[in-house]
Amino acid sequence: MGKFFAIILVVITLASAYPIVTHKFVQPEDISTHGHAIDEQLADTMAEGGFAFVGAQLLLAFFVWKFSSRKEGSKVTHLPGGAKLMVATAFILVGTEVLALGVLGQKAWADVYFTPPKPDALQVQAQAGQFAFYFRYPGADGKFAPIHPDKIDEGNQNYFGLDPANDVEARDDIVTAEMTIPVNREIHLLMHSKDVGHSFYVRELRIQQDFVPGLDLSLHFTATKTGKYEIVCTQLCGLGHYNMKAYLNVLPQDEFEKWLKDRAAEQ
Amino acid sequence: MMRAKLAYIVGLAALAACAVMVHAGPSGGTVSGKVTYEGTPAKQKPIDMSKEPSCAKQHATPITTETVVTGPGNALDNVVVYVSAGAPDEAAPSQAAKFEQKGCQYIPHVLAFQVNQTLEIANADQTSHNIHPLPKVNREWNKSQPPGSAPIVDKYDKPEFIPVKCNIHPWMHGNFAVLKNSHYAITEGDGGFSLPNLPPGKYTITAWHESYGDQSQDVTISGGEPKSVNFVFKAKPY
Repeated sequence: MGKFFAIILVVITLASAYPIVTHKFVQPEDISTHGHAIDEQLADTMAEGGFAFVGAQLLLAFFVWKFSSRKEGSKVTHLPGGAKLMVATAFILVGTEVLALGVLGQKAWADVYFTPPKPDALQVQAQAGQFAFYFRYPGADGKFAPIHPDKIDEGNQNYFGLDPANDVEARDDIVTAEMTIPVNREIHLLMHSKDVGHSFYVRELRIQQDFVPGLDLSLHFTATKTGKYEIVCTQLCGLGHYNMKAYLNVLPQDEFEKWLKDRAAEQ
Repeated sequence: MMRAKLAYIVGLAALAACAVMVHAGPSGGTVSGKVTYEGTPAKQKPIDMSKEPSCAKQHATPITTETVVTGPGNALDNVVVYVSAGAPDEAAPSQAAKFEQKGCQYIPHVLAFQVNQTLEIANADQTSHNIHPLPKVNREWNKSQPPGSAPIVDKYDKPEFIPVKCNIHPWMHGNFAVLKNSHYAITEGDGGFSLPNLPPGKYTITAWHESYGDQSQDVTISGGEPKSVNFVFKAKPY
Protein backbone atom coordinates (compact mmCIF):
# COMPACT_ATOMS: atom_id res chain seq x y z
CA MET A 1 0.00 0.00 0.00
CA GLY A 2 2.75 2.39 0.94
CA LYS A 3 4.76 1.62 -2.17
CA PHE A 4 1.69 2.20 -4.29
CA PHE A 5 1.27 5.61 -2.67
CA ALA A 6 4.92 6.41 -3.40
CA ILE A 7 4.41 5.60 -7.08
CA ILE A 8 1.27 7.76 -7.28
CA LEU A 9 3.19 10.60 -5.68
CA VAL A 10 5.92 10.40 -8.31
CA VAL A 11 3.39 10.21 -11.14
CA ILE A 12 1.46 13.24 -9.90
CA THR A 13 4.63 15.25 -9.37
CA LEU A 14 6.01 14.57 -12.84
CA ALA A 15 2.62 15.01 -14.51
CA SER A 16 2.14 18.44 -12.94
CA ALA A 17 5.67 19.53 -13.79
CA TYR A 18 5.40 18.40 -17.42
CA PRO A 19 3.14 21.18 -18.80
CA ILE A 20 5.23 23.85 -17.06
CA VAL A 21 8.54 22.49 -18.29
CA THR A 22 7.29 22.03 -21.87
CA HIS A 23 5.74 25.55 -21.90
CA LYS A 24 2.28 24.24 -22.68
CA PHE A 25 0.75 27.46 -21.29
CA VAL A 26 1.73 30.23 -23.65
CA GLN A 27 2.03 33.67 -22.16
CA PRO A 28 0.22 36.56 -23.82
CA GLU A 29 2.57 38.53 -26.04
CA ASP A 30 4.65 41.16 -24.31
CA ILE A 31 4.21 44.61 -25.83
CA SER A 32 5.89 46.75 -23.21
CA THR A 33 9.43 47.87 -22.53
CA HIS A 34 9.44 46.54 -18.96
CA GLY A 35 7.54 43.36 -19.74
CA HIS A 36 10.55 41.12 -20.20
CA ALA A 37 11.76 41.90 -16.67
CA ILE A 38 8.38 40.90 -15.24
CA ASP A 39 8.31 37.74 -17.36
CA GLU A 40 11.82 36.82 -16.20
CA GLN A 41 10.77 37.27 -12.59
CA LEU A 42 7.79 35.00 -13.15
CA ALA A 43 10.01 32.41 -14.82
CA ASP A 44 12.57 32.60 -11.97
CA THR A 45 9.81 32.13 -9.41
CA MET A 46 8.41 29.17 -11.30
CA ALA A 47 11.86 27.60 -11.66
CA GLU A 48 12.86 28.03 -8.02
CA GLY A 49 9.47 26.92 -6.77
CA GLY A 50 9.37 24.12 -9.29
CA PHE A 51 12.74 22.64 -8.33
CA ALA A 52 11.86 22.82 -4.66
CA PHE A 53 8.47 21.20 -5.33
CA VAL A 54 9.82 18.34 -7.45
CA GLY A 55 12.73 17.74 -5.09
CA ALA A 56 10.55 17.67 -2.00
CA GLN A 57 7.93 15.38 -3.51
CA LEU A 58 10.49 12.92 -4.90
CA LEU A 59 12.27 12.86 -1.54
CA LEU A 60 8.94 12.19 0.17
CA ALA A 61 8.17 9.40 -2.29
CA PHE A 62 11.60 7.88 -1.60
CA PHE A 63 11.07 7.86 2.16
CA VAL A 64 7.54 6.43 1.76
CA TRP A 65 8.85 3.66 -0.51
CA LYS A 66 11.83 2.84 1.72
CA PHE A 67 10.01 2.69 5.05
CA SER A 68 6.52 1.54 3.97
CA SER A 69 7.07 -2.11 4.90
CA ARG A 70 8.93 -1.56 8.15
CA LYS A 71 8.41 -4.43 10.55
CA GLU A 72 6.91 -4.04 14.04
CA GLY A 73 9.56 -3.30 16.62
CA SER A 74 12.37 -2.52 14.15
CA LYS A 75 14.80 0.22 15.10
CA VAL A 76 13.96 3.74 13.96
CA THR A 77 16.87 5.77 12.59
CA HIS A 78 16.80 9.51 13.22
CA LEU A 79 18.56 12.08 11.12
CA PRO A 80 21.34 13.81 13.11
CA GLY A 81 20.37 17.07 14.77
CA GLY A 82 16.70 16.04 15.21
CA ALA A 83 13.81 18.41 14.79
CA LYS A 84 15.85 21.54 15.53
CA LEU A 85 18.17 21.00 12.57
CA MET A 86 15.24 20.22 10.27
CA VAL A 87 13.50 23.45 11.18
CA ALA A 88 16.72 25.43 10.77
CA THR A 89 17.36 23.82 7.38
CA ALA A 90 13.86 24.63 6.27
CA PHE A 91 14.26 28.26 7.32
CA ILE A 92 17.58 28.59 5.52
CA LEU A 93 16.44 26.88 2.33
CA VAL A 94 13.12 28.64 2.01
CA GLY A 95 14.51 31.92 3.30
CA THR A 96 17.30 31.92 0.74
CA GLU A 97 14.86 31.13 -2.03
CA VAL A 98 12.50 33.96 -1.09
CA LEU A 99 15.38 36.41 -0.60
CA ALA A 100 16.83 35.47 -3.97
CA LEU A 101 13.52 36.11 -5.68
CA GLY A 102 13.25 39.45 -3.93
CA VAL A 103 16.77 40.54 -4.82
CA LEU A 104 16.51 39.37 -8.43
CA GLY A 105 13.05 40.87 -8.86
CA GLN A 106 13.50 44.24 -7.18
CA LYS A 107 14.73 45.84 -10.38
CA ALA A 108 11.58 44.87 -12.25
CA TRP A 109 9.49 46.47 -9.50
CA ALA A 110 11.70 49.56 -9.26
CA ASP A 111 11.61 50.13 -13.01
CA VAL A 112 7.84 50.36 -12.90
CA TYR A 113 7.24 52.05 -9.55
CA PHE A 114 10.36 53.88 -8.39
CA THR A 115 11.34 55.71 -11.54
CA PRO A 116 9.54 58.92 -12.48
CA PRO A 117 8.00 59.26 -15.94
CA LYS A 118 9.99 61.11 -18.60
CA PRO A 119 9.10 64.83 -18.75
CA ASP A 120 7.79 64.47 -22.31
CA ALA A 121 5.61 61.44 -21.57
CA LEU A 122 2.08 61.69 -22.97
CA GLN A 123 -0.34 62.27 -20.09
CA VAL A 124 -3.61 60.37 -20.18
CA GLN A 125 -6.08 60.35 -17.32
CA ALA A 126 -8.11 57.23 -16.54
CA GLN A 127 -11.18 57.29 -14.34
CA ALA A 128 -12.65 54.03 -13.12
CA GLY A 129 -16.28 54.08 -12.05
CA GLN A 130 -19.01 51.52 -11.77
CA PHE A 131 -18.91 49.99 -14.42
CA ALA A 132 -16.83 51.58 -17.13
CA PHE A 133 -13.46 53.21 -17.71
CA TYR A 134 -13.34 56.69 -19.20
CA PHE A 135 -10.24 58.50 -20.37
CA ARG A 136 -9.28 62.13 -20.73
CA TYR A 137 -6.65 63.85 -22.85
CA PRO A 138 -5.59 67.43 -22.02
CA GLY A 139 -6.30 68.92 -25.45
CA ALA A 140 -4.47 71.73 -27.22
CA ASP A 141 -3.72 73.72 -24.04
CA GLY A 142 -1.90 70.72 -22.53
CA LYS A 143 -3.77 71.17 -19.24
CA PHE A 144 -6.30 69.01 -17.48
CA ALA A 145 -9.20 71.11 -16.25
CA PRO A 146 -10.32 70.69 -12.63
CA ILE A 147 -12.83 67.98 -11.83
CA HIS A 148 -16.09 68.83 -10.06
CA PRO A 149 -17.79 65.60 -8.87
CA ASP A 150 -21.07 67.49 -8.33
CA LYS A 151 -21.15 68.29 -12.05
CA ILE A 152 -20.93 64.69 -13.20
CA ASP A 153 -23.79 64.19 -15.67
CA GLU A 154 -23.57 60.87 -17.45
CA GLY A 155 -26.68 61.49 -19.57
CA ASN A 156 -24.69 64.30 -21.18
CA GLN A 157 -21.47 62.27 -21.39
CA ASN A 158 -19.87 64.45 -18.70
CA TYR A 159 -18.25 61.56 -16.86
CA PHE A 160 -15.46 63.53 -15.24
CA GLY A 161 -17.55 66.44 -13.95
CA LEU A 162 -16.01 69.10 -16.17
CA ASP A 163 -17.38 72.63 -16.14
CA PRO A 164 -16.69 74.15 -19.56
CA ALA A 165 -19.09 76.99 -18.85
CA ASN A 166 -16.77 78.32 -16.13
CA ASP A 167 -13.40 76.56 -16.61
CA VAL A 168 -11.76 77.64 -19.85
CA GLU A 169 -9.25 74.73 -19.74
CA ALA A 170 -12.19 72.31 -19.80
CA ARG A 171 -13.32 73.41 -23.24
CA ASP A 172 -10.59 71.53 -25.10
CA ASP A 173 -10.37 68.45 -22.87
CA ILE A 174 -11.08 65.27 -24.79
CA VAL A 175 -13.05 62.54 -23.02
CA THR A 176 -13.22 59.09 -24.60
CA ALA A 177 -14.40 55.59 -23.80
CA GLU A 178 -11.43 53.95 -25.53
CA MET A 179 -7.82 54.48 -24.57
CA THR A 180 -5.73 55.16 -27.65
CA ILE A 181 -2.00 55.76 -27.39
CA PRO A 182 0.88 56.18 -29.81
CA VAL A 183 3.33 53.30 -30.09
CA ASN A 184 6.86 53.67 -28.70
CA ARG A 185 6.00 56.76 -26.70
CA GLU A 186 6.07 56.81 -22.93
CA ILE A 187 2.60 57.19 -21.44
CA HIS A 188 2.03 58.73 -18.03
CA LEU A 189 -1.28 57.31 -16.84
CA LEU A 190 -3.01 59.32 -14.13
CA MET A 191 -5.55 57.22 -12.30
CA HIS A 192 -8.40 57.89 -9.91
CA SER A 193 -11.60 56.20 -8.93
CA LYS A 194 -15.02 57.82 -9.18
CA ASP A 195 -16.47 55.59 -6.50
CA VAL A 196 -15.14 52.25 -5.18
CA GLY A 197 -12.03 50.14 -5.70
CA HIS A 198 -11.27 49.02 -9.26
CA SER A 199 -8.14 47.86 -11.03
CA PHE A 200 -6.52 48.59 -14.36
CA TYR A 201 -5.10 45.49 -16.03
CA VAL A 202 -3.68 45.09 -19.50
CA ARG A 203 -1.99 41.70 -19.61
CA GLU A 204 0.04 42.40 -22.74
CA LEU A 205 1.45 45.52 -21.08
CA ARG A 206 2.29 43.60 -17.91
CA ILE A 207 0.56 46.38 -16.00
CA GLN A 208 -1.88 45.89 -13.16
CA GLN A 209 -2.70 48.64 -10.71
CA ASP A 210 -5.59 49.07 -8.29
CA PHE A 211 -7.61 52.25 -8.20
CA VAL A 212 -7.93 53.16 -4.53
CA PRO A 213 -10.82 55.54 -3.78
CA GLY A 214 -9.44 58.86 -2.61
CA LEU A 215 -5.98 58.37 -4.07
CA ASP A 216 -4.52 59.87 -7.23
CA LEU A 217 -2.19 57.19 -8.56
CA SER A 218 0.02 57.12 -11.57
CA LEU A 219 1.84 54.64 -13.74
CA HIS A 220 4.15 55.00 -16.68
CA PHE A 221 4.84 52.56 -19.47
CA THR A 222 5.71 52.38 -23.15
CA ALA A 223 3.88 50.16 -25.61
CA THR A 224 6.06 48.68 -28.32
CA LYS A 225 3.55 47.05 -30.65
CA THR A 226 0.43 48.39 -32.37
CA GLY A 227 -2.84 46.58 -31.94
CA LYS A 228 -6.05 46.39 -29.94
CA TYR A 229 -5.83 45.10 -26.37
CA GLU A 230 -8.30 44.65 -23.56
CA ILE A 231 -8.29 46.67 -20.37
CA VAL A 232 -10.19 44.71 -17.74
CA CYS A 233 -11.18 45.60 -14.23
CA THR A 234 -9.54 43.10 -11.89
CA GLN A 235 -10.89 44.28 -8.54
CA LEU A 236 -14.41 43.21 -7.62
CA CYS A 237 -16.38 46.43 -7.69
CA GLY A 238 -20.05 45.46 -7.71
CA LEU A 239 -22.71 43.76 -9.78
CA GLY A 240 -21.33 44.99 -13.09
CA HIS A 241 -17.68 44.10 -12.46
CA TYR A 242 -17.91 41.20 -14.94
CA ASN A 243 -18.88 43.67 -17.64
CA MET A 244 -16.31 46.36 -16.83
CA LYS A 245 -13.75 46.71 -19.55
CA ALA A 246 -12.40 49.08 -22.16
CA TYR A 247 -10.12 48.73 -25.17
CA LEU A 248 -6.57 49.95 -25.54
CA ASN A 249 -5.61 50.88 -29.09
CA VAL A 250 -1.93 51.30 -29.82
CA LEU A 251 -1.51 53.23 -33.06
CA PRO A 252 1.35 54.71 -35.07
CA GLN A 253 1.95 58.36 -34.10
CA ASP A 254 0.25 59.90 -37.14
CA GLU A 255 -2.84 57.72 -36.81
CA PHE A 256 -3.00 58.54 -33.11
CA GLU A 257 -2.96 62.26 -33.88
CA LYS A 258 -5.76 61.86 -36.39
CA TRP A 259 -7.80 59.85 -33.87
CA LEU A 260 -7.30 62.56 -31.25
CA LYS A 261 -8.39 65.26 -33.70
CA ASP A 262 -11.54 63.30 -34.59
CA ARG A 263 -12.42 62.87 -30.92
CA ALA A 264 -11.79 66.56 -30.22
CA ALA A 265 -14.32 67.44 -32.91
CA GLU A 266 -16.95 65.33 -31.18
CA GLN A 267 -16.62 67.01 -27.76
CA MET B 1 -102.17 77.18 -43.01
CA MET B 2 -99.33 79.78 -43.44
CA ARG B 3 -98.71 79.87 -39.68
CA ALA B 4 -98.43 76.11 -39.50
CA LYS B 5 -95.99 76.06 -42.40
CA LEU B 6 -93.94 78.83 -40.72
CA ALA B 7 -93.90 76.93 -37.44
CA TYR B 8 -92.84 73.84 -39.28
CA ILE B 9 -89.96 75.69 -41.00
CA VAL B 10 -88.85 77.35 -37.75
CA GLY B 11 -89.00 73.99 -35.96
CA LEU B 12 -86.93 72.32 -38.67
CA ALA B 13 -84.38 75.14 -38.56
CA ALA B 14 -84.09 74.88 -34.77
CA LEU B 15 -83.59 71.14 -35.08
CA ALA B 16 -80.91 71.65 -37.71
CA ALA B 17 -79.20 74.25 -35.51
CA CYS B 18 -79.16 71.78 -32.63
CA ALA B 19 -77.68 69.13 -34.89
CA VAL B 20 -74.96 71.53 -36.00
CA MET B 21 -74.11 72.39 -32.38
CA VAL B 22 -73.94 68.75 -31.33
CA HIS B 23 -71.59 67.85 -34.18
CA ALA B 24 -69.52 71.06 -33.89
CA GLY B 25 -66.34 69.36 -32.73
CA PRO B 26 -64.92 66.89 -30.13
CA SER B 27 -66.36 66.91 -26.62
CA GLY B 28 -64.64 69.75 -24.86
CA GLY B 29 -61.94 72.06 -26.08
CA THR B 30 -58.41 71.43 -27.28
CA VAL B 31 -55.25 73.18 -26.22
CA SER B 32 -52.55 72.89 -28.85
CA GLY B 33 -49.37 74.66 -29.71
CA LYS B 34 -45.66 74.35 -30.30
CA VAL B 35 -42.61 74.16 -28.08
CA THR B 36 -39.50 75.86 -29.42
CA TYR B 37 -36.16 77.08 -28.11
CA GLU B 38 -34.10 80.18 -28.59
CA GLY B 39 -30.34 80.39 -28.38
CA THR B 40 -27.80 77.66 -29.05
CA PRO B 41 -28.39 74.29 -27.44
CA ALA B 42 -25.48 72.15 -26.25
CA LYS B 43 -24.04 69.77 -28.81
CA GLN B 44 -25.32 66.24 -28.52
CA LYS B 45 -22.33 63.93 -28.28
CA PRO B 46 -21.89 60.52 -29.91
CA ILE B 47 -21.95 57.58 -27.52
CA ASP B 48 -19.08 55.09 -27.60
CA MET B 49 -20.48 51.66 -26.68
CA SER B 50 -17.24 49.75 -27.25
CA LYS B 51 -17.38 48.15 -23.80
CA GLU B 52 -20.58 46.39 -24.89
CA PRO B 53 -19.88 44.96 -28.36
CA SER B 54 -23.34 43.33 -28.71
CA CYS B 55 -24.91 46.79 -28.48
CA ALA B 56 -22.19 48.69 -30.35
CA LYS B 57 -22.73 46.60 -33.48
CA GLN B 58 -26.44 47.46 -33.58
CA HIS B 59 -25.60 51.06 -34.44
CA ALA B 60 -23.85 51.55 -37.78
CA THR B 61 -23.35 55.19 -36.79
CA PRO B 62 -23.09 55.72 -33.05
CA ILE B 63 -26.22 57.19 -31.47
CA THR B 64 -25.92 60.50 -29.66
CA THR B 65 -27.06 61.70 -26.27
CA GLU B 66 -30.69 62.76 -26.16
CA THR B 67 -30.73 65.42 -23.45
CA VAL B 68 -31.66 68.08 -26.01
CA VAL B 69 -33.44 66.80 -29.11
CA THR B 70 -34.44 69.42 -31.65
CA GLY B 71 -36.52 69.51 -34.79
CA PRO B 72 -37.06 71.81 -37.76
CA GLY B 73 -37.87 75.43 -37.04
CA ASN B 74 -36.14 75.45 -33.63
CA ALA B 75 -38.57 72.83 -32.37
CA LEU B 76 -37.81 71.32 -28.98
CA ASP B 77 -38.67 67.64 -28.77
CA ASN B 78 -39.19 65.31 -25.80
CA VAL B 79 -41.04 68.04 -23.90
CA VAL B 80 -43.85 66.73 -21.72
CA VAL B 81 -46.81 69.10 -21.99
CA TYR B 82 -49.54 68.37 -19.47
CA VAL B 83 -52.39 69.81 -17.43
CA SER B 84 -50.90 70.49 -14.00
CA ALA B 85 -53.96 72.18 -12.47
CA GLY B 86 -57.67 72.47 -13.21
CA ALA B 87 -58.33 68.85 -14.17
CA PRO B 88 -59.39 66.20 -11.66
CA ASP B 89 -57.01 63.33 -10.84
CA GLU B 90 -57.86 60.26 -12.89
CA ALA B 91 -57.67 56.54 -12.25
CA ALA B 92 -54.93 54.83 -14.20
CA PRO B 93 -55.81 53.23 -17.53
CA SER B 94 -55.58 49.46 -17.72
CA GLN B 95 -52.97 49.21 -20.45
CA ALA B 96 -49.34 49.23 -19.43
CA ALA B 97 -46.81 51.90 -20.26
CA LYS B 98 -43.93 50.21 -22.05
CA PHE B 99 -40.24 51.04 -21.69
CA GLU B 100 -37.68 49.11 -23.68
CA GLN B 101 -33.93 48.57 -23.43
CA LYS B 102 -32.73 48.00 -26.97
CA GLY B 103 -29.26 48.54 -28.41
CA CYS B 104 -28.28 49.76 -24.92
CA GLN B 105 -30.67 52.66 -25.32
CA TYR B 106 -33.93 53.48 -23.54
CA ILE B 107 -36.87 53.62 -25.92
CA PRO B 108 -38.64 56.00 -25.67
CA HIS B 109 -36.23 58.49 -24.10
CA VAL B 110 -39.12 60.09 -22.18
CA LEU B 111 -42.06 57.92 -21.14
CA ALA B 112 -45.18 59.58 -19.74
CA PHE B 113 -47.78 57.59 -17.85
CA GLN B 114 -50.18 58.01 -14.95
CA VAL B 115 -49.98 57.48 -11.20
CA ASN B 116 -50.62 53.78 -10.45
CA GLN B 117 -50.48 52.85 -14.12
CA THR B 118 -48.63 49.60 -14.78
CA LEU B 119 -45.10 50.14 -16.07
CA GLU B 120 -43.53 47.32 -18.09
CA ILE B 121 -39.79 47.36 -18.68
CA ALA B 122 -38.42 44.93 -21.27
CA ASN B 123 -34.85 43.95 -22.10
CA ALA B 124 -34.44 43.26 -25.81
CA ASP B 125 -30.64 43.11 -25.66
CA GLN B 126 -28.20 40.22 -25.43
CA THR B 127 -26.65 41.71 -22.31
CA SER B 128 -27.90 42.21 -18.78
CA HIS B 129 -29.13 45.61 -17.75
CA ASN B 130 -29.73 46.98 -14.27
CA ILE B 131 -32.36 49.67 -14.54
CA HIS B 132 -32.24 52.27 -11.78
CA PRO B 133 -34.92 54.98 -11.73
CA LEU B 134 -33.92 57.84 -9.42
CA PRO B 135 -37.07 59.25 -7.80
CA LYS B 136 -37.03 61.70 -4.91
CA VAL B 137 -40.63 61.22 -3.78
CA ASN B 138 -41.48 57.70 -4.90
CA ARG B 139 -39.75 54.53 -3.73
CA GLU B 140 -36.30 54.04 -5.22
CA TRP B 141 -35.28 50.62 -6.51
CA ASN B 142 -32.96 49.06 -9.07
CA LYS B 143 -33.40 45.67 -10.70
CA SER B 144 -31.14 43.40 -12.70
CA GLN B 145 -32.59 42.01 -15.92
CA PRO B 146 -30.65 39.27 -17.71
CA PRO B 147 -31.25 38.84 -21.45
CA GLY B 148 -34.42 36.91 -22.23
CA SER B 149 -35.98 37.50 -18.82
CA ALA B 150 -39.59 38.57 -18.31
CA PRO B 151 -40.39 42.31 -18.26
CA ILE B 152 -40.12 44.11 -14.95
CA VAL B 153 -43.58 45.21 -13.84
CA ASP B 154 -44.01 48.04 -11.32
CA LYS B 155 -45.85 51.30 -10.74
CA TYR B 156 -45.46 54.65 -9.05
CA ASP B 157 -48.07 56.01 -6.65
CA LYS B 158 -47.03 59.68 -6.64
CA PRO B 159 -46.67 62.13 -9.53
CA GLU B 160 -43.02 62.91 -10.26
CA PHE B 161 -40.46 63.39 -13.00
CA ILE B 162 -37.96 60.58 -12.54
CA PRO B 163 -34.56 60.31 -14.26
CA VAL B 164 -33.67 56.74 -15.18
CA LYS B 165 -30.19 55.26 -15.52
CA CYS B 166 -28.61 51.85 -16.03
CA ASN B 167 -26.14 50.79 -13.35
CA ILE B 168 -24.15 48.69 -15.82
CA HIS B 169 -24.08 50.99 -18.86
CA PRO B 170 -23.31 54.55 -17.71
CA TRP B 171 -24.39 56.21 -20.99
CA MET B 172 -27.99 54.96 -20.78
CA HIS B 173 -30.37 57.69 -19.67
CA GLY B 174 -34.11 58.20 -19.83
CA ASN B 175 -36.98 59.82 -17.97
CA PHE B 176 -40.33 58.78 -16.52
CA ALA B 177 -43.07 61.42 -16.28
CA VAL B 178 -45.63 60.15 -13.75
CA LEU B 179 -48.72 62.32 -14.14
CA LYS B 180 -52.02 62.72 -12.33
CA ASN B 181 -54.39 62.72 -15.31
CA SER B 182 -54.61 61.65 -18.93
CA HIS B 183 -54.13 65.12 -20.44
CA TYR B 184 -50.54 64.97 -21.60
CA ALA B 185 -48.49 64.86 -24.77
CA ILE B 186 -44.81 64.60 -25.63
CA THR B 187 -43.51 66.83 -28.42
CA GLU B 188 -41.66 65.33 -31.33
CA GLY B 189 -40.65 66.37 -34.84
CA ASP B 190 -41.95 69.92 -35.30
CA GLY B 191 -42.44 70.44 -31.55
CA GLY B 192 -46.23 70.43 -31.80
CA PHE B 193 -48.58 69.07 -29.14
CA SER B 194 -52.34 68.72 -28.74
CA LEU B 195 -54.37 68.24 -25.54
CA PRO B 196 -57.95 67.44 -26.59
CA ASN B 197 -61.12 66.67 -24.62
CA LEU B 198 -60.82 69.41 -22.03
CA PRO B 199 -64.19 70.36 -20.48
CA PRO B 200 -64.82 74.09 -19.95
CA GLY B 201 -62.75 75.48 -17.09
CA LYS B 202 -59.51 77.18 -16.11
CA TYR B 203 -56.37 75.10 -16.62
CA THR B 204 -52.65 75.41 -16.01
CA ILE B 205 -50.66 73.89 -18.85
CA THR B 206 -47.07 73.00 -17.93
CA ALA B 207 -44.24 72.13 -20.31
CA TRP B 208 -41.33 70.17 -18.81
CA HIS B 209 -37.94 69.54 -20.44
CA GLU B 210 -35.21 67.44 -18.80
CA SER B 211 -32.46 70.00 -19.37
CA TYR B 212 -34.36 73.31 -19.44
CA GLY B 213 -36.82 72.90 -16.57
CA ASP B 214 -40.50 73.71 -16.75
CA GLN B 215 -42.81 76.56 -17.68
CA SER B 216 -46.51 77.04 -17.08
CA GLN B 217 -49.29 79.05 -18.68
CA ASP B 218 -52.94 79.42 -17.74
CA VAL B 219 -55.68 78.93 -20.27
CA THR B 220 -59.45 79.04 -20.03
CA ILE B 221 -61.67 76.76 -22.06
CA SER B 222 -65.20 78.07 -22.45
CA GLY B 223 -66.67 76.03 -25.25
CA GLY B 224 -65.50 73.76 -28.02
CA GLU B 225 -63.13 76.27 -29.58
CA PRO B 226 -59.42 75.37 -29.76
CA LYS B 227 -56.93 77.35 -27.71
CA SER B 228 -53.32 77.92 -28.68
CA VAL B 229 -50.49 77.92 -26.14
CA ASN B 230 -46.83 78.09 -27.11
CA PHE B 231 -43.72 77.62 -25.02
CA VAL B 232 -40.25 78.96 -25.68
CA PHE B 233 -37.30 77.61 -23.73
CA LYS B 234 -33.90 79.26 -23.41
CA ALA B 235 -31.20 76.94 -24.67
CA LYS B 236 -27.78 76.82 -22.99
CA PRO B 237 -24.54 76.10 -24.89
CA TYR B 238 -23.10 73.93 -22.06
